[in-house]
Amino acid sequence: MKFFEAVRLAFHTIRVQKLKSFFTALGVCIGVMFLITVVSIVEGMGKYMENELVGKLIAINSFELRHRPSINVGDVSRETWLEYNRRPRILESDVEPVVAALPTDALWAMYSNGSIQVESSFGKPRSAQVTAFDGQYLEIKKLGVTSGRSFSQVDISTGTSVVVIGPDLAKRLFPDLNAVDRQVKIGGRYYTVIGVGESLGSAFGMSFDNYVYAPFRSPVHRLLNPGAHQIDGMIVQVATAEALPDAQEAVRGVMRARHQLRPAQKDNFVLETSDTALEFWNKIKSYLVLAGIALPAIGLVVGAIVIMNIMLVAVAERTHEIGIRKALGAKRRDILLQFMIEASTLSTFGAAMGIALGALGAYAIRTLTPMPTYVAPWSIVVGVLIGAGVGIISGVYPASRASLLDPVTALRQE
Amino acid sequence: MTNNLEEVPMTTTAERQAVLTAANTAPDKDWVIVTRGLCREYDMGGEIVRALRGVDLAIRRNEYVAIMGPSGSGKSTLMNTIGCLDTPNSGEYWLNGQKASEMKDDQLARVRNKEIGFVFQTFNLLPRATALANVELPLVYAGVPSAERHARAKEALERVQLDKRMGHRPNELSGGQRQRVAIARALVNRPSILLADEPTGNLDSTTSEEIMRVFEELANQGQTVIMVTHEPDIAAHARRVVVLRDGVIASDDRRENFTAKLGL
Repeated sequence: MKFFEAVRLAFHTIRVQKLKSFFTALGVCIGVMFLITVVSIVEGMGKYMENELVGKLIAINSFELRHRPSINVGDVSRETWLEYNRRPRILESDVEPVVAALPTDALWAMYSNGSIQVESSFGKPRSAQVTAFDGQYLEIKKLGVTSGRSFSQVDISTGTSVVVIGPDLAKRLFPDLNAVDRQVKIGGRYYTVIGVGESLGSAFGMSFDNYVYAPFRSPVHRLLNPGAHQIDGMIVQVATAEALPDAQEAVRGVMRARHQLRPAQKDNFVLETSDTALEFWNKIKSYLVLAGIALPAIGLVVGAIVIMNIMLVAVAERTHEIGIRKALGAKRRDILLQFMIEASTLSTFGAAMGIALGALGAYAIRTLTPMPTYVAPWSIVVGVLIGAGVGIISGVYPASRASLLDPVTALRQE
Repeated sequence: MTNNLEEVPMTTTAERQAVLTAANTAPDKDWVIVTRGLCREYDMGGEIVRALRGVDLAIRRNEYVAIMGPSGSGKSTLMNTIGCLDTPNSGEYWLNGQKASEMKDDQLARVRNKEIGFVFQTFNLLPRATALANVELPLVYAGVPSAERHARAKEALERVQLDKRMGHRPNELSGGQRQRVAIARALVNRPSILLADEPTGNLDSTTSEEIMRVFEELANQGQTVIMVTHEPDIAAHARRVVVLRDGVIASDDRRENFTAKLGL
């Protein structure tokens, strides 16, 4: 029998046995639908992370010099943590030699940051992410102001008591008021708000707009780093991605020399790039994808069992038909082909429906909830492959049983 | 018995004896079926049932043979073996000069498709397919392209005067019509033998006569026909009657002698 004939025969049987076919396809459809939807959520979050969050929070072609990582990938052991705490801090005095080693067109800044309570006379006190910086921090972060002004050269060099605050913080501390030129109180001292910065957005309900920027030499620095001349880190931005490794090596050389490390000793500081943050995210994502595949996989296994069961019943109730076909010259291969094509056609159809419904589900989630979703092309391919695969695998056993039937016994069965 | 079987040739006992004694040699192509010492045993839950205990049978092209016997005589097993649906435990089976007793599953399937046309007591038509589709079935497995299949199936239905009902499903046809569809299906691949197992077992006497006339006509046209039955009056339509008893051939004679013995 030709392949085309087997396909035609399978379609005929599917048409004739509508209800059975419907339930078979449904099993696969639900599994694939879950696969597509769950993967679209994971992928959507991934895209969001890569395009919005990381891009916004970590500037391109930049790296940070810190004494320990700000982002930890995976579990950090107690030993590692203790080692981090033993490390020498980065000092204000490290900045000048580091800057000297950088290419002249590089931007740089030093900073200290932390979470501190900020008060005003108009609203409730609020904890904010306070950063005291020197250098081109805001240029590197590409953070402008929406009202008021940004820091002047004089503000930075003399350390005047002025701040730029984030839009969320402005709204909380000065409800229905213009925050510019009003006073905020940090650590018992007053600072004048000179501008309200641009919004950085939010992720998963966490706002990035509760920030305060102040000059490094303003009194706020003492609240962030009590130790004399200690800083939390430096940020360096070079002109091109190609220049990044060289700049990192230059900084590494300077810091190793300043920390008097022997060649065998490991760095006791870190150089973090946006890749580090992405790596962190990818780690989380791999768990999510795993969950996103494990959950629908259960659905698909159930679907496979349903198909196998239905096909086994089909073989049992069509034993006589198989007997007739064998008597008329059907080979084992012909019977095998007939049942396999039937099963895989149904499951491919189910998979196609599942993809359509899954994509629809992803669209619904995107429009009805704040969750970003993205239907990944690979998940469609995987959906079709798994759907058809489930059909073929669950069709193999019943089909091989059917093909091995003895024609005389099969014919006797009514 | 108004039919004229004089043109249908029949082998003589001597001719058959010559073929049957030449063990392990391929018979002349003219001998469609030659079995030598055919044995078939079944294991029925620990109990060995010996259905065939050494059957020697030779049938030449264009013969019209009835195989008779009471139930349990082994005639169904013989028919299944001749039809390549079953394989013997020992003995030789030569079909068209080919040793079918040593064939593998797929070869047997091919032989069933090309050489044998089955007609069953219960018709064994596919209930959800039309008469035409049922008749086309052997051609599907033979790999005949669809246009040629239609034409040949139609032609076969014409031969049994059912071309007007080819769009009907089996449940829309009478018993006699169903059996004629089955005959058309058996003939469509131009098999060397037409093998009928109790072809009138599910039919009333008028319809049985009608089906017997179809067989006689086919035999007259030169088709080799082998029919298994337990009814002597049906067996009496054949040119030659083989009687099976307890798994061996009890008698193998011309119809005239058989009917005379029974007083028909």
